[in-house]
Amino acid sequence: MKNRTIKVDYLARVEGQGAVLIKTKSGQVSDVKLRIFEPPRFFEAFLRGRKYSEAPDITARICGICPVAYQMSSVHAMENAFGITVDGQLRELRRLLYCGEWIESHALHIYFLHAPDFLGYDDAIQLAKDYPDVVQKALKLKKIGNDIVALLGGREIHPINVKVGGFYRVPTRRELAPLAEKLKWARDAAVETVKFTAGLPFMEFEQDYEFIALRHTSEYPMNEGKLVSNRGLDIGIRDYEFYFEESHVQHSNALHSTMKQKGAYFVGPLARFNLNFDRLSEIAQSAAKDVGFVPEIRNPFKGIVVRAIEVVYACEEALRIVESYEEPTAAAVEVVPRAGFGFGCTEAPRGILYHRYRIGDDGLIKDAKIVPPTAQNLGTIENDLRGFVAANIDMPKDWLTLRCEQAVRNYDPCISCATHFLKLDIEGS
Amino acid sequence: MAAKKPKVAVFKFSSCDGCQLSLLDAEEEFLAVAGAVDIAFFPEVSRRMLKGPYDVGFVEGSVSTPHDVEYIREIRKQCATLITIGACATAGGIQALRNWKDVKDFTNIVYASPEYISALDRSLPTGSFVHVDFELRGCPINKYQLIEVINALLHQRKPSIPAFSVCLECKLRGNVCVMVVQGIPCLGPVTQTGCGALCPSYGRGCYGCFGPSDSPNTAALAERFSELGETKYDIMLAFRGFNAYANAFRRESDSHEK
Repeated sequence: MKNRTIKVDYLARVEGQGAVLIKTKSGQVSDVKLRIFEPPRFFEAFLRGRKYSEAPDITARICGICPVAYQMSSVHAMENAFGITVDGQLRELRRLLYCGEWIESHALHIYFLHAPDFLGYDDAIQLAKDYPDVVQKALKLKKIGNDIVALLGGREIHPINVKVGGFYRVPTRRELAPLAEKLKWARDAAVETVKFTAGLPFMEFEQDYEFIALRHTSEYPMNEGKLVSNRGLDIGIRDYEFYFEESHVQHSNALHSTMKQKGAYFVGPLARFNLNFDRLSEIAQSAAKDVGFVPEIRNPFKGIVVRAIEVVYACEEALRIVESYEEPTAAAVEVVPRAGFGFGCTEAPRGILYHRYRIGDDGLIKDAKIVPPTAQNLGTIENDLRGFVAANIDMPKDWLTLRCEQAVRNYDPCISCATHFLKLDIEGS
Repeated sequence: MAAKKPKVAVFKFSSCDGCQLSLLDAEEEFLAVAGAVDIAFFPEVSRRMLKGPYDVGFVEGSVSTPHDVEYIREIRKQCATLITIGACATAGGIQALRNWKDVKDFTNIVYASPEYISALDRSLPTGSFVHVDFELRGCPINKYQLIEVINALLHQRKPSIPAFSVCLECKLRGNVCVMVVQGIPCLGPVTQTGCGALCPSYGRGCYGCFGPSDSPNTAALAERFSELGETKYDIMLAFRGFNAYANAFRRESDSHEK
């Protein structure tokens, strides 16, 4: 049997720069590398000596697609260090902001980054020529997510209104009210998106994963919860580093995060859905059941449908918050910095995002550790590629290359985040 | 007959992807823009990657590795017009904070096996290596300014991008000054507008996303910060942010370092 190389020098429709190299020898997969050539940016290093209050603005710059996630994990970590709780309407507004980011980020991935793979197009611009209504609706849905972020955060990318303790300014009821009608439309468009994505042709491919996500006592997880898995993990977020470690591999400018003694694991929409189905709203649950989606989904290609189900949820949840909103008396709770450690872990659109800081009594950051979701999925993506190529080793090279790219995009990888991340070569020696 | 659509490429260096995503965030204009140009190379959006030469190249991100230096020189040769977008490409970005440190120390802090990492000592703007035809500032850029630049290119005119300060924009919006009234340190007097005076409109001081405005008096502002009770270290940090390596901000922050 011949030796083959599958190679993608510059992976398209992902955030940041990565490549894939897969080698087969005598009909066996001999090497799989998700190469990340995105240059390193050293955030943890230059956070040292900066003020605690700067963390949300600085860490937002790790990612232009999910800045809210960085802002949320960092403010929660700081508040944890200082013994502060932000609740009531301020907590609700944070959740609303996160819903906005989930909607815009998921809509971007579903329609612009991932759907073209299923339908055989290079990009959404080509897709728009044959399906103008689909793409127009996608843009409108994405915009509603962005409208929430822009209203609460000041702008879509790198919002300016989030601070440790709450916000600089909170919206009036009147300012939020117009979102309600938009969100009702968005919720219905999201239900249609679930049907649209469920009708796409899926590869037959299942793996046995350890799914990890936050779990909250009553809510579908965003800002808070314990870390749980389908294999019995159940820990508080401050114990994260006892169970997980990062390692540095030569082909990657991104660190790979693994579970100690266990190895690769799976974070993101599929993990959240499988572990928190009971916490989804009624409409989101029935939209899922209508297309036959109930836990446990173990085909990563079906993540696109789960993203759509999460958009339904995020629209409903946002609508609930908008309709019940009452202006809080203060835009933020008082913050008195003190020396100590702070831990934050929230559900970014792509999965859990962990922050840990050590703060001095001068309020300056002494040490920082940030583990983005994509760094946690890298091992699992490589395992998927290995399994997928092994199962389809006799398929034509062009087909296999495209499907390998699609398999990577299943995870909506954010390479910019993980670099602290990605390039596909499939190669036969 | 309509002129041939310009062949456009979007290149990425060290960055967060936010500036190139700004085009997709212009949801109402995106398909019109995509229809007016030939998007020949834009990996974030499309698998279709055509070889150069290109009529217009947009560059996001800072030059921060030996490979980047070669890459930007090659891109310059391939692009008739080269436009940089965002603070990383125009000033080195937040990752330029390494320029004040030893990059080896930084590598040791983040990576367990620093020998695998290849990085330049400094993170620098595109303009440090090649001629740039137009710089669009911001962290992130303003999507409407980006559309203005594309529109200007299509009509072969100069983009209309103001270089005055956030301060002026604030007055135009009728904001009450956060520094005068509330004593909040604000970089608005020395920062170029583009954001629409966003931070003061939300009750916080400007933190300099669009870099130094035309002829900024940073020393006078630093003195005012000092009167408001800011320490030398506070003032150094204030100027050493997302446009830290832009000349005027760099000089001012250096003068407050012990």
